Amino acid sequence: MRELKILAIVVTFTLITYYLVEPFAHSQMHKHVEFRNFQYDGKSDIEEVEHKIKVAKANNEPTKELEKKLEEKKKFWSEVDKISKIKGDPVAGEGTYAMCQGCHFDGATNMGGVTPPSLEHAGALYDKKYLIALVKDPAMAMNVDHKYKDDSMHPMGAIMSMVSSDQDIANVVAYLKEKKAGKMDATEAFVEACGRCHADRYMKWTQVGFVPKTKENIKTGQDIEALKFKQKVAEEQNALADYLGKLPPDLSIIVRARSEHFLKTFVEDPQTQLPGTAMPRVGLTKESYEKVNEFLEDSGDAKRHERAELGPIVLVYLLIFALFAYLWKREVWRDLH
Amino acid sequence: MAHFEKATSLHDWLNQRLAIDTLRRVLATEYWIPKNINFLWAMGMVLAITFGMLLISGIFLLMYYQPNVDLAFDSVNYTIMKEVEFGWLWRHVHGVAASVVFLIIYIHMFTGIYYGSYKKGRELIWISGMLLFVTFSAEAFSGYMLPWGQMSYWAGMVITNLFSLGDLHLNGLVEWIRGDYVPGQAFLNRFFMLHVLLLPLVIIALIGLHFGTLRIPHVNNQEGEEIDFDEEAAKYKAGKKKEAKVIAFANDFLAKDMFVVSIFLIFFFYLVFYHYEFAMDPVNFDPADPLKTPEHIYPEWYFLWSYEILRPFSTNVGLIAFGFAQVIFFLLPFLDRSPNAKPAHKRGLFFYWFWALVIDMIVLTAMGKLPPEGIFSTIGLYAALTFIGLWIILPIITKMEKEVKE
Ligand code: HEC
Ligand code: HEC
Ligand code: HEM
Repeated sequence: MRELKILAIVVTFTLITYYLVEPFAHSQMHKHVEFRNFQYDGKSDIEEVEHKIKVAKANNEPTKELEKKLEEKKKFWSEVDKISKIKGDPVAGEGTYAMCQGCHFDGATNMGGVTPPSLEHAGALYDKKYLIALVKDPAMAMNVDHKYKDDSMHPMGAIMSMVSSDQDIANVVAYLKEKKAGKMDATEAFVEACGRCHADRYMKWTQVGFVPKTKENIKTGQDIEALKFKQKVAEEQNALADYLGKLPPDLSIIVRARSEHFLKTFVEDPQTQLPGTAMPRVGLTKESYEKVNEFLEDSGDAKRHERAELGPIVLVYLLIFALFAYLWKREVWRDLH
Repeated sequence: MAHFEKATSLHDWLNQRLAIDTLRRVLATEYWIPKNINFLWAMGMVLAITFGMLLISGIFLLMYYQPNVDLAFDSVNYTIMKEVEFGWLWRHVHGVAASVVFLIIYIHMFTGIYYGSYKKGRELIWISGMLLFVTFSAEAFSGYMLPWGQMSYWAGMVITNLFSLGDLHLNGLVEWIRGDYVPGQAFLNRFFMLHVLLLPLVIIALIGLHFGTLRIPHVNNQEGEEIDFDEEAAKYKAGKKKEAKVIAFANDFLAKDMFVVSIFLIFFFYLVFYHYEFAMDPVNFDPADPLKTPEHIYPEWYFLWSYEILRPFSTNVGLIAFGFAQVIFFLLPFLDRSPNAKPAHKRGLFFYWFWALVIDMIVLTAMGKLPPEGIFSTIGLYAALTFIGLWIILPIITKMEKEVKE
């Protein structure tokens, strides 16, 4: 069959071209970052410093500082591992949790550039080891310690002097895992995990809350409440930009702008994808990441369910169309061959 | 005034005024097509259908799109993708069709090259086809500006910069094209005008021209056989359809075309529902940001081969090579000196030339996307030189070709 041979040639060349400009080119353009399954054991933090040491050595730069950092990181994460094996007492943890509420409470305001998030679902959102690391040393846990070299302190840094014994840490984490691990929906997951830094205009989310419904004055068209809200958002955004060096991007359509792999590895450890970035690690679990992702998909790919529903219907319709087209062709060509 | 009689039927009424019977005969039932053709000859119809889908989906998008630098991005990504019923479907149809149309154009072009369908009276078919290719390219580029994403902005910047023509430093020309020093509102507005009005008009006119140029030479056939269309048509009309070497455009050719079109549509809508990302670059889902250059700037896949002819050289040489790549395909009917309008496999060296060109253009396409570093830029350079070399030797190897007798 000559036509099939020609078709095979056309298809082969098309697929080769597709392979080269899509999967192959993208594999060459973006460095590979390993996905760690939402396990927080400090491996990627340690590898990051090891890599920096290698680069420094290659450039004949001093490595003493880096070696020190490497030791610090190794020690920190092995201690976290040790604490994770201690059995925590949720009842005793409740007392410690009161200290967290000094900063984390309903209606908390910006402190040091960022507003402490609600911890209502912290036990469900965050991984256990990550929470331990976070209470032990927030900057280290979030892998943004490079920002706090001098005397400056992480805005949550005060917790280190308030809760210092291993047992206390284990207790408060046990408390979160037991009492603050209720069911949450996709919106709550996003708001608590990302919402203090990122707006999402397609979902009407701003860093200070959802855009409220307000009414304008019919005579003047002015809407004072809306303007007041805008000002609040502007102030919060300015503070965030001062704290983080730039305003975190709006995540309205991030699911179309970044690959799935990028997003999950970025949340696990932003430094792996954007070295030196000010975005802290957000130690989500697999389940809570899926919730956050669901919110982002509702925002940036809202019609995915409709698409999945319509696809098969259209294709079946076209198959029937093709069948009739074939029968017609056979009918017409019977006289011609 | 002509003489009109009282019509006996609606058909007769129309016939007196529009000569619909004659039209039907001339355009369909007695428009002769060779019988000995394969599905590649349906690509023209596939292109016409794809253009139709672009037009219709475009009209729907146009009802909500806002050509304003502050609103454009969200009018597409929010209003059309989220608010408008089935807006997402029209957008994905439009985006995928804009990409797939080039795949079909390339298949259509290489079919023409393989079978020598640009020779011996078919030169104008080829030239009008190339004009369509260039206009489609401009249409695709102007459309790419409209969502005002990062790639819109930066590809717009890079491509319009080419018009400074290297050391000629024609910055005034670049500003004239942009309507500003950098891409901005004036730039978006004029590319919007080009995309939704001027270029579609030109394309429709060119499709008319392309069809017109086909009429007298008729389409070619698989063996490059010279057919006496009057004689064969007479056989067909005498009822000897099996013997005749021709078929009627309708319904004979059309029936086969529609079958090929139906298979194409399955492929097309599979892409629309399950595999649309290749046609919509992720980088363009970040809003345009004049302060942040994307890490990699590359055009859509169908421009990559000519982009790669520009890239490996210094600015001036690159621009000359790029200009060469843009016009050289127009000259094909005149650079091919062979007396044979035959398929490549009957033409000796030309057969190898054809496949070398196909492979070289695929290599250029791949290198055009890859970062221009190390081995990739070396391969790119050699592929670009090969491209130029192939066109230089074309007149020589075709001149050497002996006439093929049936
Ligand atoms: C001194 C005020 C303060 C105290 C006390 C405090 N936090 Fe925080 N916390 C913050 C701030 C500020 C942030 C936001 C930091 C940032 O985004 O850079 C934060 C962030 C967090 C996060 C989010 C981490 C992430 O990766 O996104 C969690 C979880 C958290 N705190 C838990 C706790 C717990 C548990 C305690 C008590 C043991 C506590 N915090 C005590 C100020 C505080
Ligand atoms: C403490 C503030 C903060 C929190 C909390 C935060 N981010 Fe970010 N995020 C940033 C900053 C700052 C940037 C800009 C990074 C840069 O460009 O260096 C950023 C950038 C991003 C980017 C874009 C990266 C790129 O390629 O440009 C994504 C995606 C992202 N964040 C996702 C998330 C998600 C998902 C969450 C919640 C799970 C989250 N962020 C929580 C501060 C934050
Ligand atoms: C949207 C754009 C185009 C449309 C709608 C279109 C349509 C058609 C149609 C309907 C035919 C007759 C059937 C066939 O042979 O396939 C045809 C033939 C042809 N076209 Fe196009 N075409 C387009 C672009 C091009 C381009 C870009 C070229 C190449 C430069 C080209 C070159 C030719 C040639 C050489 C033929 C004659 C084929 C033969 O004689 O065998 N066309 N075109």
